[in-house]
Amino acid sequence: MLRIEEEVVVNNKHGLHARPAAIFVQIANKFDSSVMLRKENETVDGKSIIAILSLGINTGAKIHLIIEGEDAKEAFSELKNFLESQDD
Amino acid sequence: MIKLKGISASSGIAIGKAYFIGKEEFSIQKREIPYSDISVEIYRLEEALINTRKELIGLQEKVAKELGLSQAKIFEAHLLVLEDRVLIENIIEQIKTKRVNVEYAFSESIKKYKETLLKLNDEYLRERAIDIDDIAKRVLRKLLKTTPSILETKEKVIIVAHDLSPSLAASLPKENILGIVTDIGGITSHTAIIARSLKIPALVGVETATKEIKPSDTIIIDTLDGVVLINPNEKIIKEYEFKLKEYINKTFAFYIPKFTKTITKDKKELIISANIEFPEELELVEKYRAEGIGLYRTEYLFLGRKDLPSEDEQYKEYVLASKIAKEHSVVIRTIDIGGDKFLNQQDTPNEMRPFLGWRGIRFCLSRPDIFKVQLRAILRASYNLNIKIMFPMISGIEELRAAKKILEECKEELRKENKKFDENIPVGTMIEVPSAALTADILAKESDFFSIGTNDLIQYSLAVDRANEKVAYLFDFGHLAILRLIKNVIDIAHQNHIWVGMCGETAGEPIYSFLLLGFGLDEFSMPPPRVPKIRHLIRNISFKEAQEIAAEALKYSNSKDLELYLKTEIRKRVKEFDLISAFL
Repeated sequence: MLRIEEEVVVNNKHGLHARPAAIFVQIANKFDSSVMLRKENETVDGKSIIAILSLGINTGAKIHLIIEGEDAKEAFSELKNFLESQDD
Repeated sequence: MIKLKGISASSGIAIGKAYFIGKEEFSIQKREIPYSDISVEIYRLEEALINTRKELIGLQEKVAKELGLSQAKIFEAHLLVLEDRVLIENIIEQIKTKRVNVEYAFSESIKKYKETLLKLNDEYLRERAIDIDDIAKRVLRKLLKTTPSILETKEKVIIVAHDLSPSLAASLPKENILGIVTDIGGITSHTAIIARSLKIPALVGVETATKEIKPSDTIIIDTLDGVVLINPNEKIIKEYEFKLKEYINKTFAFYIPKFTKTITKDKKELIISANIEFPEELELVEKYRAEGIGLYRTEYLFLGRKDLPSEDEQYKEYVLASKIAKEHSVVIRTIDIGGDKFLNQQDTPNEMRPFLGWRGIRFCLSRPDIFKVQLRAILRASYNLNIKIMFPMISGIEELRAAKKILEECKEELRKENKKFDENIPVGTMIEVPSAALTADILAKESDFFSIGTNDLIQYSLAVDRANEKVAYLFDFGHLAILRLIKNVIDIAHQNHIWVGMCGETAGEPIYSFLLLGFGLDEFSMPPPRVPKIRHLIRNISFKEAQEIAAEALKYSNSKDLELYLKTEIRKRVKEFDLISAFL
């Protein structure tokens, strides 16, 4: 089983607030792999919007994206792309 | 008078009565459940989540229709919260391990998340706690089987609330809301976003609004100063009424003086002209940039006096009107006496049904002494001026021919007297009797133009006396019968290469502007203050789109649904639609 962990900088204009967080969760849920987000010492389920919102990720924040599973590679590239894109 | 400060979330001024939307309190009791009930509670949770989801999707569709897709996206996060596995697992775990009822487990889990969000050092995210609150309320209502308090007022009010959830804000009847005041919230709150897109003035973050304001207090919101005034005295209300007017004029000003032409986005030109009832109104033609006068009513010349106006007196009035209209035309309607207007007492016939009696062209044809004086005055005024004649209440071709015959006699007299007039003065038929609408093909061949009078057309077609309050509700332009008649008249006119105007009230109704444009109406004539508003609407749509809307409109057999459809289509293209409708 594949495991990818990498630091990503969130470039999204308002950080991961409700709408981008919603999109993030929608993307994450397309994949079978598990998706976790770690900010500082807290790790949460990346397929849960409430969990993501509770991390309070602002723009410019550095977070760890941890993905485990058969389709981890595809999941990682899509989610990383999304976090690093500038669009709202 | 108390004055409270707040944050301007959507600009504007509103004066009105306070209407409270209460804070919804749920009483949630903690109950211990037997082991055997665990699956029952979990089932109840699932059921509540599924039903809330359905409700939110319905609301999202409504908002998408009325305010556009981007506003509807507000609810995307809501939906994900409902499906959130961490939340759901947390609730289920509480039910299983702590043996508590689902309401309690649910509200505890939600509380925990809300507290986390509220602790965040980010305004935007803190406000998302309201989203979670909103969802929680919806789910709890399902679990407790309660219904929310909704706005049940027929008069226009200012909403006062501790907080307004986006879903509640979106389900409010916009037509009746003058403004919004809330205790909490910031400029990025959903209340603010929705208020801005609806152009409703809103003051948020007033903190003590719900404490200081009492239901039915008169309040003023002034977002320019960021204040709400509670129970101001008469003098201040007067001042603010003036300020409000100024504000509206300024808001509309960007298009009042700017445009003199009416052109759709795909460059179809049409005419928006003025209805004139009294000479005092003539100055409004220029003020509101009307393209001429589409209906010049001449009754004022005849009413309220014992004698009849002379040919010269009438001539002067018609010339004056035409000079005001400059290069545009003036459509002079020959006197429409009878019905509810009579020359004076001695002429008043004792009729059982005056609207079906001696009125309009019928009166004129039987009183050629009066009719000829008017026709001669109009003809003489038409010399070198852009004047057209229109006959009212024509019910069939014979009446039109008889009227035209008298017109020819007048022309012949003037020729003999060497008096000049426009030999080719256009003669139009007013289409306001159903029999005229249904024989438009015959009338079109002997008319230079048509003008549709909607008030009478509706009254006669639907058999409704609008002055009778018991049946007035049936008076309905959106009735499919009326729409079909109008479409038919316009199509036939165009097949016969003549133009069609509308001088009834409907021509000035914002909600019907796209529909009438789509039917192909060439000229809209209305009270002058409405001209820039309807022009603004028409400039924001293409003729092609309007045609599609009109085709769709003919599928509605219920005019309430039709109006909702038309409103939605207009709001999509003209953000100020509600403002325009509110301040006609």
